[in-house]
Amino acid sequence: MPTRNRPLSPHLSVYRWQIGNSLSILHRFTGAALALGLLALAFWLISIAGGEASYQSAARAFASPIGVLLLIGWTFAFFYHLFNGLRHLFWDVGLGFERRARHASGWLALLGACAATVCVWAFLWGSRP
Amino acid sequence: MRRDGLRMGVPLGIATVNLRSPLGTVLGTGSAKEGSGRWWAERLSAVALIPLTLWFFFSLLLLPALDFETVRTWLAVPMTGFLAVLLVAVLAYHSYLGTMAVIEDYVHAHGAKTFWLLAVRFAYVLVGGAGIYAVLRVAFGAGVASGP
Repeated sequence: MPTRNRPLSPHLSVYRWQIGNSLSILHRFTGAALALGLLALAFWLISIAGGEASYQSAARAFASPIGVLLLIGWTFAFFYHLFNGLRHLFWDVGLGFERRARHASGWLALLGACAATVCVWAFLWGSRP
Repeated sequence: MRRDGLRMGVPLGIATVNLRSPLGTVLGTGSAKEGSGRWWAERLSAVALIPLTLWFFFSLLLLPALDFETVRTWLAVPMTGFLAVLLVAVLAYHSYLGTMAVIEDYVHAHGAKTFWLLAVRFAYVLVGGAGIYAVLRVAFGAGVASGP
């Protein structure tokens, strides 16, 4: 099949890594992570419907080291996808395309997501030791 | 459909020439496929998810505790259950559109692509349906061991 070896998009290897394309692929990556988060959300809701015992075992799974690590990752993925999604919505109406605005909003989305994640988990651990 | 075709056309003098063949227009083929429809659905569901996800995130965060009785009581409030159903539905739809785009970009073999696109549809209806059913069960009080 001659079609097998044709270069197909996306041509990731021809890009120099910089803020624009890094944040773009991170948007997709966090979206994929959040798709798995939807599974966790459904699992959690089902555990509530299943009664106290099933909720307890789900809560234990989420409170395990791997569970907490996943929840922190999903928190970051949620905030980043939200903030970067807002950038996309602004671009869709034609705003913020200039180089300075693009870079500034990109860093704002990335650092804002980091800050929001730290705030949420500091609040959680502070209020529920 | 006709407006989409005109928008994609090339202005030549006073007339706009549609670059899609009549058959292509009907089948939605070409590099854009259903193009603008998917694009709009992604944006609209994204906008709807801003208040829905923020509501869910922060109302959960602000609960006094995360034990079973607190969470179940919270979810059993009519407005909470209603918004939770909307959240799961719109989230599943938005995530479905995104996952479809990812598969279309990275899975190139025709058979595998078709398989995954179909499998993903089943998976999203299954997960979304299960999540919504769970919220409704709590809302309508079934499966409560401790009673009222």
